[in-house]
Amino acid sequence: MSFTITKQDEVVVVEVEGQLIVGNRQELKQKVLDELERGGRKFLIDFDQTGYIDSSGLGVLVSLSKKIREQGGELRLANLNDDLKTLFELTKLDTLFQIADTKERALESF
Amino acid sequence: MAATDGGVNGGVPPHWHHTSFDLEIPSDVRHIESIVDLVQRVCRELAFPARQCSLNVPVALSEALSNAILRGNQRDPSKPVRVRFNSDGDRLVVEIVDQGAGFDLQRSTRDPTRPENLTREDGRGLFLMKSLMDRIERYNQGGNVVRMVMNRHA
Repeated sequence: MSFTITKQDEVVVVEVEGQLIVGNRQELKQKVLDELERGGRKFLIDFDQTGYIDSSGLGVLVSLSKKIREQGGELRLANLNDDLKTLFELTKLDTLFQIADTKERALESF
Repeated sequence: MAATDGGVNGGVPPHWHHTSFDLEIPSDVRHIESIVDLVQRVCRELAFPARQCSLNVPVALSEALSNAILRGNQRDPSKPVRVRFNSDGDRLVVEIVDQGAGFDLQRSTRDPTRPENLTREDGRGLFLMKSLMDRIERYNQGGNVVRMVMNRHA
């Protein structure tokens, strides 16, 4: 489980490798909040290498989305596999987030 | 952590459909992933549909384990969480036992998809367990038991 942060132009891209679950969600939250603190406003979380996400992982995404929006920024998601899409649909979080099929499309959409 | 009567390390022969194990983990969320990995592996060895092994099992099980560790046992390292797994090949049954007082399954579940709940950070765990498993039961027997049953989907 790891999170890799890169910058592509003005967009902070976070890659989630492995699971996003109760044991590591705080690490993701802190990393994104640190970038927000440093002035980042456009955030993309890439799930291309992600296994499964539990409810606390979903909760962190909701929380980050709110905090980023409060600072005038935006959070977008990309590369959800079929399992993750189902998870977002079940919880109706697909209606809360802007989700792109690929990282490139997400980057273009900012 | 020791599995018994499972053969999960050596692979399950095609003719052998009954698999069970019973193990304990300390109340630490860092143990969740290894238990989920184990049950996912058995799910695949028993040739359950890929989707059930990659989505239903890991999400529902990680919810049940984190509830047991964080709420049931309040992260007390002296209190173990017990995981009992059983499959006859047609369904998976996982029982998670913690040392807490238990909770009312119906009253504790709210609908996180309602507009007023959608932006809440919490409140999706039991909903996901119920959505992804065919049956969820909770009862007290030697601890607080959450029993999850998943039938083999066509």
